[in-house]
Amino acid sequence: MSVIVDRETRLCTSGITGREGTFHSLNNRAYGTNVVSGVTPGKGGQDVEGIPVYDTFHEAVAQTQANTAMIFVPPPFAADSILEAGITTIIAITEGIPAHDELRVYTHLRRTPSIRLIGPNCPGVLSPGKANVGIIPAAFFREGNVGVVSRSGTLTYQVGNELAQRGFGNSSIVGIGGDPVPGSSFVDIIDLFEADPETELIVMSGEIGGDAEEVAAAHIAAHISKPVVAYIAGFTAPPGKTMGHAGAIVSGSKGTAAAKAEALEAAGVRVAKTPTQVAEFAVELLGG
Amino acid sequence: MDLLEYQGKQLFARHGIPVPAGEPASTVEEAVAAAQRIGYPCAIKAQVQVGGRGKLGGIKLADDSSQAREHAEAILGMDIKGLTVRELWIEGASQIEAEYYASFVFDRGAKAVLAMLSTRGGMDIEEVSAQAPEAIASLHIDPLIGFQPFHGRRLAFEAGVDADLVRPVGAFLERLYGAFVGEDATLMEVNPLIVTPERTLVALDAKVTLDGNSLYRHPENAELRDLSSEDPQERMAKDRDLTYVKLDGNIGILGNGAGLVMSTLDVVAQHGGAPANFLDAGGGSKAEAITAAVEVITSDPNVRAVLFNIFGGITRCDEVARGLIQAFEQIEPTIPFVVRLDGTNGEEGRALLAAAALPNVHSASTMDEAAARVVELAK
Repeated sequence: MSVIVDRETRLCTSGITGREGTFHSLNNRAYGTNVVSGVTPGKGGQDVEGIPVYDTFHEAVAQTQANTAMIFVPPPFAADSILEAGITTIIAITEGIPAHDELRVYTHLRRTPSIRLIGPNCPGVLSPGKANVGIIPAAFFREGNVGVVSRSGTLTYQVGNELAQRGFGNSSIVGIGGDPVPGSSFVDIIDLFEADPETELIVMSGEIGGDAEEVAAAHIAAHISKPVVAYIAGFTAPPGKTMGHAGAIVSGSKGTAAAKAEALEAAGVRVAKTPTQVAEFAVELLGG
Repeated sequence: MDLLEYQGKQLFARHGIPVPAGEPASTVEEAVAAAQRIGYPCAIKAQVQVGGRGKLGGIKLADDSSQAREHAEAILGMDIKGLTVRELWIEGASQIEAEYYASFVFDRGAKAVLAMLSTRGGMDIEEVSAQAPEAIASLHIDPLIGFQPFHGRRLAFEAGVDADLVRPVGAFLERLYGAFVGEDATLMEVNPLIVTPERTLVALDAKVTLDGNSLYRHPENAELRDLSSEDPQERMAKDRDLTYVKLDGNIGILGNGAGLVMSTLDVVAQHGGAPANFLDAGGGSKAEAITAAVEVITSDPNVRAVLFNIFGGITRCDEVARGLIQAFEQIEPTIPFVVRLDGTNGEEGRALLAAAALPNVHSASTMDEAAARVVELAK
């Protein structure tokens, strides 16, 4: 088992004819992902190495029964593309989408519970041995029982690689992205791993800013039975220049790495000090 | 992107939000001339992005041109919490009957826009929020509906706004929300929002943060700069499209991806080192970006050793290696480098570096090993 993407995934890439869109769609297909179509307005009827291109999502889904969308279009067009896709699983790789656009998309999708958005500004989802949707370098990971969820792309690879070097594989690796309004939260993905029979250990990798880690900590304490290991980046990051008082009034918490680590430890989560220590904790919890 | 007070006020004015008439000035002569046009009494205000400037002598009232000159001379160039004052804002002095507080903020936790209003604005609003949170009325705005008249009424009645000002406060908030969304802001705070003896509302201060991701659709905002808070390396980095934050240590850091760079800073600190900067070369770092990054990092005279920590995803390690080789050809750094390349095309990258045999460049295979090595070399 795995979460979000697997052998049932039928992928349609928005922005498939762009340089990055083409490169990663073909890369995902080479890994074994079933890439059934792509969308680029005005290029309908063409193909990208055999993958048919359509003008609209509507047509792509009707013709190819795509159930998963991968968004690769530039930031000014990304929110529109996510809303157009409208299918059950949408994975948005695009970095740099305006915050207010993200907020409108999030608010709309929250009222449409049948749609799951991962990202934006994320590396995608890899279920080793089954499917890769996004830009995660799949060669470093293999099938196994550790589910990984992370806000940062490269840090996900670093943590995953440390686990791999200790012999661990992954049920799925999910990058939820580092933007202010991610489509899916730690809580959403941790719940999926809790329900996934293959996942025996959940690893979450967070960073300073926002309160997603604190919210996850409370949720884990109340609802999660599987062991969780966390890593938080940013202990030595300088406190950002704050402006005005509104931020402090809103959260009461500063979103520091120390505050997040403390909240997670209080919830029974093992918090590693380095990516290497994540793998050491995994050995302790699951055996080498 | 944080705006200076006057930049925020000029932006408010474009949206029909009442602000005192004023002019920016960057020299004493400009300040005196502006004061003459505006009339006396007027306020001479230091333009720096830090709170508490009034208490530190950064805001003075002038009754005539000699006072305007005296205050402008004193404030220009003065140091306020580490920032040098390079710009002034001269505005007509306001008559104040009451001080309110109004703000809209992008609330990440609630994933909504939070509106706040209080009749107890002024310098001690943080104390008010701590000791009498009920004095600050707040509610979330649905972004798909926007600010409605009832939002204004609820905030005004809950905050205890004087009856004659309930409608004007609602209208003020509606305009502020229009500016907040229209300019793609993540914070707009007016403190104080003053009530004049004529019972009108005026934004006497403006704290505005704009979403950097939205500047492509606001070219006029993209040009706003704050000269007081830019240091030479940060300016160089900005000109080269790199994400760079200066720190006070002596180990230069470059990595790809904000999370990995933050993690690298932590691991270096755990090995007893002090990072000199945060530099995220970004996804898909090309050779030119790497060369530019080396230039920025090594231009900081405090830097005694540099750590490159790359885990390639979109970024290809061979590109990074080529960039580093190119940088050494152009800049010829004299300080030691520790380079850790892993991930996409890691072997090719390491082979390129080995073949180039750059002077004083050390390779490490793990993040921990790299951090330990660079801390040793910086001693």
